[in-house]
Amino acid sequence: MSQARMIVASRRLFLSNGGTALLSGAAGALLAGSEALARSAPKGDVAGDVSILNTALGLEYEAIAAYSAGAPLLKDKVLKVAKTFQDHHKEHAELLEKTVKKLGGTPVKGKSMAEYNFPVDKLKKAEDVLKFAARLERGAASAYLGAVPVFTLPELKTAAARLVADESMHWVVLQNALGEDLPDALAIS
Amino acid sequence: MRSIALAAAATVLLASAHAGAAEGDPVRGEKLYDRCVGCHSNDRDRTGPRHAGLIGRRAGSVAGFPYSDAMKRSGIVWDAATLDRFLANPRALVPGTRMGFAGVPDPQDRADLIAHLERATRQ
Repeated sequence: MSQARMIVASRRLFLSNGGTALLSGAAGALLAGSEALARSAPKGDVAGDVSILNTALGLEYEAIAAYSAGAPLLKDKVLKVAKTFQDHHKEHAELLEKTVKKLGGTPVKGKSMAEYNFPVDKLKKAEDVLKFAARLERGAASAYLGAVPVFTLPELKTAAARLVADESMHWVVLQNALGEDLPDALAIS
Repeated sequence: MRSIALAAAATVLLASAHAGAAEGDPVRGEKLYDRCVGCHSNDRDRTGPRHAGLIGRRAGSVAGFPYSDAMKRSGIVWDAATLDRFLANPRALVPGTRMGFAGVPDPQDRADLIAHLERATRQ
């Protein structure tokens, strides 16, 4: 698919940069309960929750790096959408890092681009990048969905559900840009 | 004598459980694997370890991957039976694992995923 067609496909769903920025705004309240968590000696498996948060933080750092790796092959509106999604992941990472600290943990660090070892040899054109990103975003949505029942602190269950929403939104926008069919109901499992 | 009888009974139960395991469809399993790609890939370590060479591998043994102590100490060797138990509820089988995932509750989904892993992770 040409980059121009991807852009048109994106526009058809009215998922312009402004729209995604609006959705991202919801992430500002992502872990709104974490201040209260820190103050009130939370009950639950805090160490276990911190471990899951750190896994999620690692996933977010990888997503940020993946968009950087693919950016040179994107341009115009598609690049703008990719940068917006990368900004969402930066926002997620920042909030996860703060929450790990508030719960007494040590946040994991991101890796170097070489350590991520992305399959850059298979990314030859914009379509390859979008397919790669879409697959990661879809997987991230499932990962967060799978974390919801595992968190012991209720505030973190809500936060994980919000992250499912963001990652699902990214996946669907990228799928649409690729000209793929819209997902079925209950597609994320 | 009693311990021998208990051991024999346990063997029969395990054999029955294995005989009742769902037949896996690797094609459907490949699709279901989309759930895993947030953290795993076949050929590189990510937030989860690589899956290449999974079958027959001792849990917690991919060189350089930062496993939890719980996983390293689990003594598990990955095969269809251990994967089925782990995927059903990772944190029940390996308390303390860093895999923050509730599990795959449907036995057929697990069988299909395992059939895919058995095929795709051969080295």
